[in-house]
Amino acid sequence: MDIDIRSMTLCELAAAIARRDVTSLQATEAYLDAIAAEDPQIQAYNEVYPELARQRASEIDARLDAGEPVGPLAGVPVAIKDNLTTDFGHTTCSSNYLKTFAAPYTATAVGKLLDAGAVILGKTNMDEFAMGSSTENSATHLTKNPWDTSKVPGGSSGGSAAAMAARLCPAAIGSDTGGSIRQPAAFCGVVGFKPTYGRISRYGLVAFGSSLDQIGPMTADVADAALLTSILAGHDDRDSTSIPAPVDNYVAELAIPFEAPLRIGLPKEYYTDALGGEVRAKLDDAIVALKAAGCEFVDVSLPHSRIDIADDGTLSSFAVACYYIVCMAEASSNLGRYDGVHYGHRTESDVDDIVELFSRSRSEALGDEVKRRILLGTYTLSSGYYDAYYNKALKVRRLIHDDFTAAFEQCDVMLCPTTPAPAFGIGEKTSDPLEMYLGDIYTISANLAGLPGLALPCGLTDAGLPVGCQLVGPVLSESLLLRAGMLFESATGITRLRPGQ
Amino acid sequence: MSLTVKPIVGMEIHIELATQTKIFCRCRNQFGASPNTHTCPVCIGLPGALPVLNAQAIDYSIKVGLALGCDIAKFTKWDRKNYYYPDLPKAYQISQYDLPLAGPGTLDIPLESGSKTIRVLRAHLEEDAGKLNHDIPGGTGVDLNRAGVPLLEIVSEPDLNTVEEVVSYAKTMHRLIRWLKVSEANMQMGHMRFEPNINLHITQDGVVYKTPIIEVKNLNSFRSVEGAVRYEIRRQFEEWKKDPEGFSLAKRGKQNRGFDPDTEETVFQRDKEEAHDYRYFPDPDLMPVTISDEKRDGIAATIGELPLARRARYMADYGLEFKNADALTMDEATGDLLDGAIGLGADAKRCVNFLLSRGAAIANERGCAIAAIGITAEQLAGLAKLVDDGKVSASAAAKVFDAMIESGDAPAAVAEAAGLMMVTDTAQTEAWVDQAIAENPEAVEMIQTGHKKAGASLGFLTGAVMKLSRGAANAKEVQQMLKEKIEK
Repeated sequence: MDIDIRSMTLCELAAAIARRDVTSLQATEAYLDAIAAEDPQIQAYNEVYPELARQRASEIDARLDAGEPVGPLAGVPVAIKDNLTTDFGHTTCSSNYLKTFAAPYTATAVGKLLDAGAVILGKTNMDEFAMGSSTENSATHLTKNPWDTSKVPGGSSGGSAAAMAARLCPAAIGSDTGGSIRQPAAFCGVVGFKPTYGRISRYGLVAFGSSLDQIGPMTADVADAALLTSILAGHDDRDSTSIPAPVDNYVAELAIPFEAPLRIGLPKEYYTDALGGEVRAKLDDAIVALKAAGCEFVDVSLPHSRIDIADDGTLSSFAVACYYIVCMAEASSNLGRYDGVHYGHRTESDVDDIVELFSRSRSEALGDEVKRRILLGTYTLSSGYYDAYYNKALKVRRLIHDDFTAAFEQCDVMLCPTTPAPAFGIGEKTSDPLEMYLGDIYTISANLAGLPGLALPCGLTDAGLPVGCQLVGPVLSESLLLRAGMLFESATGITRLRPGQ
Repeated sequence: MSLTVKPIVGMEIHIELATQTKIFCRCRNQFGASPNTHTCPVCIGLPGALPVLNAQAIDYSIKVGLALGCDIAKFTKWDRKNYYYPDLPKAYQISQYDLPLAGPGTLDIPLESGSKTIRVLRAHLEEDAGKLNHDIPGGTGVDLNRAGVPLLEIVSEPDLNTVEEVVSYAKTMHRLIRWLKVSEANMQMGHMRFEPNINLHITQDGVVYKTPIIEVKNLNSFRSVEGAVRYEIRRQFEEWKKDPEGFSLAKRGKQNRGFDPDTEETVFQRDKEEAHDYRYFPDPDLMPVTISDEKRDGIAATIGELPLARRARYMADYGLEFKNADALTMDEATGDLLDGAIGLGADAKRCVNFLLSRGAAIANERGCAIAAIGITAEQLAGLAKLVDDGKVSASAAAKVFDAMIESGDAPAAVAEAAGLMMVTDTAQTEAWVDQAIAENPEAVEMIQTGHKKAGASLGFLTGAVMKLSRGAANAKEVQQMLKEKIEK
C-alpha cells in the first residue's frame, strides 16, 4: 500500500498510526526526508532533531505494537516554534543572544504534546523574540513563503506557518502576541488558532508581552486545530494566569450541529477602505457561502478598534497604539534578563564595570527591532511618562475589551479579515517599522481583549497567494469557534490548501 | 541665641520570612546551603519560567500586619521593580508598589522614660535578591539560593527622634517578629536588615534648618543601627555647622550611605539623583491577591497575647520589675511556661526567681531561650510548691532545678533521690548538730564567751550542719538547736 503520509491531516495520520497502517517511524522518516529535501528552499526550521525523533518514533511504535495506550498523538510528528523551551536541543528565539542556550526544562505545552505521544521534529524560525510580522527579524535566516518564495511567510510564527504550508510537518505550534499565529497562517494558507488568553499554559513560552502571549496550533484544517487544542489547553499550576476552567472535548464537539442559525457579526470598523480589495472580495465570497449555509449576519461595532485613514492614506488605530505600548512595555521588562550575566551571550571585549558588561552584551546580541521595542517600552514606563502612555493604554485596552463584550450580545462570533493584504515581498517593509506594525490592525484587538481567534484560509488571489480571514469569539468560546470553523470549511469548501495543488 | 537639634529618623526593615519554600517557586527557603543548590528555572529567571505565589508568605505577612494594628488590604497586586544588578536574574524584583499588603499601623516601644508609639506607614511583600561573593579568586560569584526568598518590608513614619528610640524600635520589632514565628529573625544570617533614614531639624534663633536625608543601607545588627544613627547625627550636625545654608535637604536631597562597623562611620554610596527609575508596573504574570475578612480573622485568631501586652501584665499582676518582666517576654514560650506553672497554683515570684536565676544561667550557657532548657510547667510548679511547703530548702531547690532538667523527672522524685528533701527527723538533725559542736570547739567557745565573732560563729556552725546534711536540714531548726545546746 502506497500511502502519501504528507497529504494526510494530523487527525488522519494519528488514526493511521493508531491502526498501525503507518508506523510512527515511517511518518517521522517521511517528514525528515521532506525537510532534508525541501527545507533548504523554505528554511522554516532553526533546528531539526532527526536522531531524537527517530528514536522516539521507534519507542512509540514499540509501545503501540505491544498494545500499550500511548495517547491521542501517538507517534505523530509535530514542529514547534523556537520560543518554547525543551530540555533537549536549543531554545534560541531566533536571537543571537540565545544562540547556544539549552533550557534545562520543557515548556508545559511541549510536555503535553509529548505526553500525548507526539514526536518533536524540530524547532521553527521566528522573528527574534517573536517581535515582527515577517520572520525577517530572525537573527538566523530568512524563511520563505512556500506559495511564493519571494514573499515573506508572515510572523512571528513564520517558520511554523511555512513548515505547515510546505507540509514539512503535519502540524506546528506557534505563539500569538498580536497576531503571530493568525497573520502567518493567513499568509501561508493554513489554519491558525489563538485560544483565549490563559487557555494554554505559558510556562516555558519565552515571554514577549506577557499579558498578550498565547500558544496555539497551526494546522491543515480545523479538526486538526481542535485535536491539538484539546491536548494543549488546561490549567497549569506553574502559570498563575492559566484559566482554571475545565477543557471541553473540542474534537467530539465538532460534530454538534448548530440548532439555531449561527449569528456572525461583521465589525463595521474592519470593512472599510483600509481593507485591500482582494481580501475584501474573498471575505464577501465567504459571507455569501455562509449565508447559503444558514448563517445570519449582523453588523456590529468595535468603536475603539476603528482604523482612521488620513488624507495622505496613512492609517492609524487606537488598538495599534495601545497594543504597541503594552507589548513594548512588557517586553522591555521581560527582556531585561538578557544581561550577559547568567546565560546566553556575554561580550568578549574587556569591560570596565558591570554596567558595561550589561550594555555591551545586550548591544552585541540583540537585534534592531528588539532594541527598538525595549527602548520604546522603557520610555513609556519611565517616571513621568507612565500615566501618559502605559496607564492610558490600559484604559484603552479596557474600552476595546468592553466593545467586544457589547458586540457579542448581538452575535455568536465575528468574521473579520486577518490581514489587510496577502503576503508582501521579502524586504518590502523592513525599512518602515510603522507600516509593518499596521499590518496587525485586525489581529491585535483579540489579544488586547484576551479573546480567541481562529484564522482560516479564505481563498487565493489571482496571483495565487493565500488570503485569510478569522473568526473571533467571546472568552472561552473555543468549542463554538472551532465548530464555526468547521461550518466555514464545509460552506466555502476552502480547506487543506497546499501550494501547487 | 538658641539652638535645638532634633533628629528625625524613619526606619525600613526587611524581614526574610521563614516559609518552607520561596515566594514564587517551590525551591526550599534555607540559609547556608552550597551556592545555587536551592534554585530552579523560576528563581534563576530562565526564559519562559513563571512565578506562582506561595500563600504562606501572604499569611505570615497578614499576621505581622495584624500584630502592628494595620489595616489588611482586601485587594493587592504585584508590581515589577526594574533594575539591573548581577544578583537580580530577571532584571526586575517582584514587589508591591502602590497597594501594600498592610498599613498603616503602630508599634509601642519601651524607653527608659516610659514608652512611645511609633507609626508604621506600610508593610509589603517582595522577593529577595541573590548574593554576590567577591571572595572568589579571579571573579565574583553569584549565589541565587536567596533569590526569591520572601521578604517583608516594614516602613515606619519618621517618628524616631533619639538613638535610644531607634534601637528600641529595632529590638521591639525583632522581638515581635520572632514572637509571631514568621521569621527566625537571625541577624547573623541576614534575616532582618535595617535601613534608617536620618536627618536633623535644627532650630536656631527661630529658624528651622533641615539637613539632607541619609538612608543607611543594609544594617544587620542592633549595634550597627546604633552606631550608624549616632554617627550620622553627629556628622550631619558638624556638616551643618560648616555650611548652615548649603547643607540642606532642599539643596542636597537624599543620599545613600553604608556603615563600616570597624570604623563606626558611614560612607557615601550614591546620591538619590543617581537613583534608578524603577519603571514600576503591574506584573502581568501574577494575579492580584484578594484577602477575605474570613481569612484575615482566621489569622488574627492565631495571634495570642503579644510581648508588650504580656510584659505589662507581668508587671501589673505579678509585681515584677520592668527588667524581669522584659527578660521573661523575650520569647513566647518562656512566658507560657511561667503562666503554665502559675496556672497550676505555684507562687508567681518563686517561679520567676527559678526561671531568672538557674533558668537564665542554664539558658545562657546553652545559648538558648529559657523555655528551651527543657523544663515543664508541671516541674516548675512542683518545685515551687516543695519550697513553699518547707520540704526543700532554697539552696537545695537550685540543685533540684538542675537535676530535674537533666532527668526530666518530677521535682519530688529528684529531691528524694538526691537526698535533698528537708529532714524533719529531729534526732538526725540533733546528731548533725552534736557532730558540728564536737568538731568546732573554738566556735562554740566564742559563742559561750560572747566574743565579738559570736554571731559569725553561729553562722559558721549552722553552715557546718547544713554541709553535713548536704542541704537537707532545716536551717532555722538547726540554728535554734545550736543556740539551745551551746548556751545551756
